Amino acid sequence: MAIINKLKNSLGKELGALTGLILLGIIMTVASPHFLTLTNLMNILRQSSLIAIAAAGMTFVIITGGIDLSVGSVLSLSSCLTAGMMVSHGWNVWLAVIFGLLAGGVLGIINGVLITRIPLPPFISTLGMMGVARGFAFVYTDGAPIYGLPESFKYLGAGMIGPVPFPAILMVITYLICYFLLNKTKIGRYAYALGGNEEAAILSGINTKYYKTIVYALTGFFAALAGLILAGRLDAATSVAGDGFELDVIAAVVIGGTSLSGGRGRIVGSLIGALIMGVVRNGLNLLLVSSHWQRVILGLIILLAVTVDVVRKQSSEDQEGTLSSFFANLKSN
Amino acid sequence: MYGYLCFVVSILSFKSENSLFYLERLGEFEAIKGVFTMNTNSILELSAITKKFPGVMALDQVDFKLKKGEVHALVGENGAGKSTLIKIISGVHKKDGGLIKFKGKEVEIKGPKHSRDLGISVIYQEFNLVPYLSIAENIFLGRENTKAGTIINQDSINQQTKKILTDLGIKLDPTTRIADLGVAMQQMVEIAKALSMDSEIIIMDEPTAALGESEIEELFKTINNLKAKGISIIYISHRLKELWQVADRVTVFRDGQYINTHLIEETEKELLIKEMVGRELKEQFPTKSSNLQGEILKVEHISRGNQVKDISFSLQKGEILGFAGLVGSGRTELMRTIFGADKKSAGKIIIAGQEVKINTPRDAIENGIAFITEDRKKQGLVLVRSVKENISLTDINQIMNGLVIEADQEADLADEFIEKLNIKTPDREQEVRFLSGGNQQKVVLAKWLIRETKILIFDEPTRGIDVGAKKEFYSLMNELAASGVGIIMVSSELPEILGMSDRIIVMNQGKIAGELDIDAADQEKILSLATKE
Repeated sequence: MAIINKLKNSLGKELGALTGLILLGIIMTVASPHFLTLTNLMNILRQSSLIAIAAAGMTFVIITGGIDLSVGSVLSLSSCLTAGMMVSHGWNVWLAVIFGLLAGGVLGIINGVLITRIPLPPFISTLGMMGVARGFAFVYTDGAPIYGLPESFKYLGAGMIGPVPFPAILMVITYLICYFLLNKTKIGRYAYALGGNEEAAILSGINTKYYKTIVYALTGFFAALAGLILAGRLDAATSVAGDGFELDVIAAVVIGGTSLSGGRGRIVGSLIGALIMGVVRNGLNLLLVSSHWQRVILGLIILLAVTVDVVRKQSSEDQEGTLSSFFANLKSN
Repeated sequence: MYGYLCFVVSILSFKSENSLFYLERLGEFEAIKGVFTMNTNSILELSAITKKFPGVMALDQVDFKLKKGEVHALVGENGAGKSTLIKIISGVHKKDGGLIKFKGKEVEIKGPKHSRDLGISVIYQEFNLVPYLSIAENIFLGRENTKAGTIINQDSINQQTKKILTDLGIKLDPTTRIADLGVAMQQMVEIAKALSMDSEIIIMDEPTAALGESEIEELFKTINNLKAKGISIIYISHRLKELWQVADRVTVFRDGQYINTHLIEETEKELLIKEMVGRELKEQFPTKSSNLQGEILKVEHISRGNQVKDISFSLQKGEILGFAGLVGSGRTELMRTIFGADKKSAGKIIIAGQEVKINTPRDAIENGIAFITEDRKKQGLVLVRSVKENISLTDINQIMNGLVIEADQEADLADEFIEKLNIKTPDREQEVRFLSGGNQQKVVLAKWLIRETKILIFDEPTRGIDVGAKKEFYSLMNELAASGVGIIMVSSELPEILGMSDRIIVMNQGKIAGELDIDAADQEKILSLATKE
């Protein structure tokens, strides 16, 4: 009984985004006979997995009240480095993959250090990293794609287990891990605490700098994983991969109901957010809507999601508005 | 005869500054002075002003009269109603009852803009200046002279500013950026701004709080200058002594009520203090038996910049040590320094006989210190998270099993303290922002009690809490002390200090002004130490 209640409870919290996803699904089923087929659904999963995986890491960052604009560039640089290690240096696939993932993590740690030690605003430091990482990808590859990746590496992006694409499996694993980290460990708990009130967290003895850095390392790591999957699927690593990716990732998190002001948000929401974006893209493709209009429509969806977040916040602040202004008066007297 | 005089006076006082000056000279004659005080000479006349906030009567039928060209000081303890009155005059709050007469005519002040249009300016402790704009741009912000609708006529505002500054006797270039000015000069810019709006009443809230001695002298000169121009000033200050240098009259408020008005030369500091504190201790403090069990904390020569100057004291187990003083006397800064939230520039902290290194709050916490901050919403609680998560925040390790937070243990821990401290919440998952002030404060306390705490620092523990919850909180503090915890309590409420403490340290301008044993302490002694210069 308790478990059922718990499930109800957590589903209830995702209701907004989940309803949106289901509604979209119904609309698309009616609009296009090609939508509700196994192949197409698996296709959506594969397409969504990149954004979804990076969004899992981004959820942590946004919960701390930060933002990471560098995920697209980190995706590109780590995939280029991995490909380079395998193709030019003949590294073992496993070793190269681990190297690529760690490279992403290290880039994230650099973001974290800039943000906590200097300290720079997350927007600025990750904007800088966005340029630097992208630039290094160009320098490293000299602007040319790296082809000829090993077969076993391509499995990351193109593999299938039965009817299910391997990236979708990686996506599920990512979300299981992140759910655990966010809800069961200190990392998640402190992310919520310092996003909700950093001063209170510091005064409670929490090493906020350390935990913030970990959180940026997580986004770097998962952005790199997305990069490896993309390289596997394209059979190439390029320095232009993931251009504009950060906006899709942030959009998925925001559509999933995580508040940009920090302290609130859930990991499952980000998965649903990424799926919503996947379904919309796929559906618009099926309906032969031009990619130019797709941009407009996705932009509108982001605006809608943020509006919902802001309105939600305003209405909850109104409840305490009278009380807090009263205390402010008392204090100033 | 009286009627005739009033008539003449009223005509003259509206006519011109010169005739007014003449009348002021005449005012030295007693007979006419009487007429002045009683009738038309009041530029602002408040009668029976009442203002209620939920649960608090902030102002209860208070009267206040401001004469043209006088400096009228307004004094009272924290919570006496001074700020509320100012906010009503300046249109920030609406009065619930009473009458406001401005220049003899009844007015209903509709809002801050209306108040400014009437000629009333307020200079708050926190200045309202834009740091990277020039003096002139600040003075004319929102009232720029424009050419062709939008282009600012820079020359014109610079010239006008120059003239106002010269009038005030200030040699400053109107194009200087505010950020390049010191506090005293910024204050002058605020005054100049008020003058540029043709203000006839200027309200100054603690104008000397941030100034050095020579700057204060300059300010007083300027105030006299303003007075000579016929501008009336409402002067709020905690520093009673300076009133004899600057004020003409002084009005005392206490607990939202009007107490008395004196000509400054006819009163003295002791009398004002008596009128300010005059109330009896209410029966709200539970009785307790103190049981001091040896020294737990010793602070030696702690300093931090200008705010905390060479502080030494000691604290016993089981003791409640009260820290009294004016707002801004350095008490909070001292506590933050002891707790490692701010870095100390000198000094030692000794806990249970051992010197300890405290550089961060984490160091302090690990040494058994807890700090219940003065602003629970900004510094104490993560408002958007649950009661449960807030309680376990300071010591999550005790409910960890390897990497995992044990949900059941955490729930038990939260429930234990919800029950122990009688926290009124629907359940442990409730977001803290929905609790009342008293219950929020209990959550803050709970989050420290889950640790083994030897020293508890309370900063304004009952601010914004209703009376019932206060009493409950006091009992909790006494229980904690009885269990052997050493407690430091910073409070600006004198009854609280006197009702709860075993010993009282009074701070004044970053230093310890004196220490009083509870049996020897009373409100007058504390206030006179706190306001001593």
